Amino acid sequence: MAGDSRLRISETEGVTQVEFIDRNILDEANIQAIGEEISSIIEGASEPKLVISFSNVDHLSSAALGALITINNKVRAKQGELRLSNIDPQIYEVFTITRLNKIFEIHDSTEQALESLS
Amino acid sequence: MRLATPGDNASGVVQVHDEREQIQQVEDMILAELGRQGYPQASEFAIRLAFEEAITNAFEHGHREQPHESVTVEYEVNPRTVRISIEDKGPGFDPAGIPDPTLDENLDKPFGRGLMLIRSFMSEVVYNAAGNRLTMRYDRPSNGS
Repeated sequence: MAGDSRLRISETEGVTQVEFIDRNILDEANIQAIGEEISSIIEGASEPKLVISFSNVDHLSSAALGALITINNKVRAKQGELRLSNIDPQIYEVFTITRLNKIFEIHDSTEQALESLS
Repeated sequence: MRLATPGDNASGVVQVHDEREQIQQVEDMILAELGRQGYPQASEFAIRLAFEEAITNAFEHGHREQPHESVTVEYEVNPRTVRISIEDKGPGFDPAGIPDPTLDENLDKPFGRGLMLIRSFMSEVVYNAAGNRLTMRYDRPSNGS
């Protein structure tokens, strides 16, 4: 599994930082694998704190949004915190059109996202 | 995959199976034509997104019972307009029956946004009466170089 990961994951002071390797998050199988990998991090933490950076991402699909919603629901169920950051303006438009900017806390940079965590 | 029109013509009809390589190949062909005709990057973003959502819907919903069947992609790119039709072999569906994903009670549901995104980024989206063929039209923005 680790060899096939589509994510760069690091952990500092109890906060897991996740970065996508792919520029396009469109492939159904990859989206499922990404969702499972992040879910396993959430399940392994008592109060998960995650920052997911989109700095490399040019395109994503509604299936990718669905995976993010599932991740958000799992984090909330464990009283954790999830932040998104570095979202390209065109992709941010997708978040606003779908009103998902109302359920996700989105920051311009990873630094700001990290500072916002309690 | 069978190409009815060879090369990088501005129109074509392609049979696509539910395999990433085939989907990517036809998508790249359409996007290359947009690039050749000088459409702005924002147009490429919109077309890629709408194409991905439409073909995902065709395979996931239209071909749920027949995963090995191909869908038919018909496309035309000219300097003013892009038209793409995607037809599956499924029983069709009523697009009016899809709940509004932007309602507060639906925001945390992880599905149901594909068609809404297609409509948001395309100039016109039409289903045939059977509900198994989606035709979308994208008009080049007036300031699009």
